[in-house]
Amino acid sequence: MKLNVVPSPHIKTTDSVPRIMFDVILALIPALVAAVYFFGVRALVLALIGIFGGELLEIIIMRYIRGIKDFKPDGSAAVTGLLLAMNVNVGLPIWVFTTGLIAALVLGKHVYGGIGKNPFNPALVGRVFLLVSFPSYMTTWWAPKYWKLEALTTATPLGLLKEKGMEAVGFSYSQLFLGNTGGCLGEVSALALIIGFLYLVFRKRIKILIPVSYLGVVLILSSIFWMVNPERFGTPLLHLLSGGLMLGALFMATDMVTTPMTPKGHLIFGAGCGVITMIIRYFAGYPEGVSFSILIMNSLTPLIDMYTRPKIFGKSMGVSGQ
Amino acid sequence: MKLLTFKGGVHPPERKELASSRKIEVLPPPSVVKIFLANHGGAPAKPLVQEGDTVKVGQKIGEASGFISANVHASLAGVVRGIEKILHPVQEKPMEAIVIEKAEGEENWEFITPHGDFNRFSPREIVELIKEAGIVGLGGAMFPTHVKLTPPEGKTIDLLIINGAECEPYLTIDHRLMLEKPKEIARGIKILMHALGVKRAIIGIESNKPDAVESMRAACQGEPIEVAVLKTKYPQGAEKQLIYAISGRVVPAGGLPLDMGVVVQNVGTCLAVYNAVEHGIPLVERGLTVTGKGVKNTANLVVRIGTLTSTILEHVGGLTDDVDRVLFGGPMMGIAIRSLDTPILKGTSGITALTADEVKGPTPRTCIRCSRCVEACPMNLQPYLLDLLAKKRLYDQAVEQGLMDCIECGSCSYICPSGVEHVKSIKLAKKVYRALRGGGKK
Repeated sequence: MKLNVVPSPHIKTTDSVPRIMFDVILALIPALVAAVYFFGVRALVLALIGIFGGELLEIIIMRYIRGIKDFKPDGSAAVTGLLLAMNVNVGLPIWVFTTGLIAALVLGKHVYGGIGKNPFNPALVGRVFLLVSFPSYMTTWWAPKYWKLEALTTATPLGLLKEKGMEAVGFSYSQLFLGNTGGCLGEVSALALIIGFLYLVFRKRIKILIPVSYLGVVLILSSIFWMVNPERFGTPLLHLLSGGLMLGALFMATDMVTTPMTPKGHLIFGAGCGVITMIIRYFAGYPEGVSFSILIMNSLTPLIDMYTRPKIFGKSMGVSGQ
Repeated sequence: MKLLTFKGGVHPPERKELASSRKIEVLPPPSVVKIFLANHGGAPAKPLVQEGDTVKVGQKIGEASGFISANVHASLAGVVRGIEKILHPVQEKPMEAIVIEKAEGEENWEFITPHGDFNRFSPREIVELIKEAGIVGLGGAMFPTHVKLTPPEGKTIDLLIINGAECEPYLTIDHRLMLEKPKEIARGIKILMHALGVKRAIIGIESNKPDAVESMRAACQGEPIEVAVLKTKYPQGAEKQLIYAISGRVVPAGGLPLDMGVVVQNVGTCLAVYNAVEHGIPLVERGLTVTGKGVKNTANLVVRIGTLTSTILEHVGGLTDDVDRVLFGGPMMGIAIRSLDTPILKGTSGITALTADEVKGPTPRTCIRCSRCVEACPMNLQPYLLDLLAKKRLYDQAVEQGLMDCIECGSCSYICPSGVEHVKSIKLAKKVYRALRGGGKK
């Protein structure tokens, strides 16, 4: 009889990378439903191109460009594609979106060696690529219209705040919370994003301390600035509920590959995102800073990892990183 | 009530139900045994017999050589057929084993003298008796027990911890021993307390064995022995984690429990101590669990040391057709054996036969930095980083990051959704590092 001789442990988790990715996609479904409800079927078209186009593109890259013939899809490219769709406006031409998808997977992921090796969140690389390459396409905001897409443009709450101040925002908080505002597909409904996030928490699929510290820091900073000058800086609730913050904090800043590995590192990462987001929102040229803040913190991840190494059980002092 | 525990760990499927209801049976003496001279950690024993000698059960056939070594006794009455070199499952190289063939008729025994009520003996005499009996840690590490009971000058021991956690999935022998031999175990604990001169002993048992908790509490009534209920979490029974859970003491990295005034013994070892001191029986047999979906029937057996795996498996009806591997120990830390002719060691707590279905894991992929291994590591290491450094052969850096502190419990490799085998690369890196360092530290 041939006995298999391999090292321990001999039993393994039933979990796997494809299952994790599948759960992330499931968690984004409420936000997608909200996007379709408010922006129409075109939102669904973009999402499907993201999911299936992303996977197809990754298979082509892996099998035919990188020459890994036995590559088995793991669903991560579908997540990237869907997140990218969540990060663009509903009227974005398909060819522009596809260009962004290619940039996300090629420049954001495979030039570094593929999954696990990329320092930056690929979907955000794609989004920023589009933002600097096609600024007008990317910042044309469409009014939410039930089921029919009209070429009406509208400003986002944060855009209005930046240009005209709190008085001009004119959206109610329930509108912001439920999703009846202009913005990217995934930005409109905080509620839908929170539902998806809770699912990931329940399934233990998320570095939960990152959004906690991210949103916590945004709440603290926006409260302080609101007390200083409510008209110029806006209310804390406006900052929490509008723009890409919820999408970014719950789904982009929690990307496993590009974030630190320890609880302390997660707190620092989230806090850093919060501070940078608010600095951009208050003082920089863009009305919104979520994407940039996460990308900047992505670049600091190795450094955070190095300085937050856990104290080994039984060692009197922590091990310093080299 | 809050259950005692440690930080980290995992919850693999326990599968204790496969064997936990099987009463302990005594396997009849086999026709042949092969007893390794290195049936313990440290230096192999020196053989005292040669081919053709007639031996009794309990007769000393190997003499401890050096401080960390243990005596070896014949586990069968019969004739020595020679010294054979066979693959040692723990040392992973061919090692000498004494082959004894069973003689016909009644078994002759040889007992350790003196023996009897332990109160007659001084602590020193008890340690000598335990040494004579060749007792080693039966939990699996096989560290000579008398060495643990001989703290170096200047170290005082004030707490004896008895490991009844049995956190390893599938295995149930300690559970059964606590149910069926609680009085004897309690007596063994008292002997160890006497030998160490400690006033307090605590038995740690995981919460998934409430009947064992009851049983041991009843047996220890009126004695200075407490029973602590531990959270059911792997690796709750790992020495440092157990000490922390029970006493809050942290054993320093690279240090030993006795640095913190603690000695840990497994429940099976306590029973062996009782048998040796009060009945003069050296360590010639032990309890083990035969389990897994790869065996036709499961069992908890008392078997002679050196019994061939195949003999034990025959007793339970053999292996199923879809068996993938056979382990000495449980699925988390067990060692896969190459041949069913491998004889069991003093430290073999179970024979686990797993089917292809039971060993199924995720398709191996690149680490996605999910950080579950970091959360799971009971030593607070970063397994993903150690794996990375080991694969890059950056051994010095790996050591800086705690390579040598890894207890190889397997929690990281168990939990990894990318199927990364951290423990495999860590074990290899440790070996290479030791070899590069000239084998300085064992």
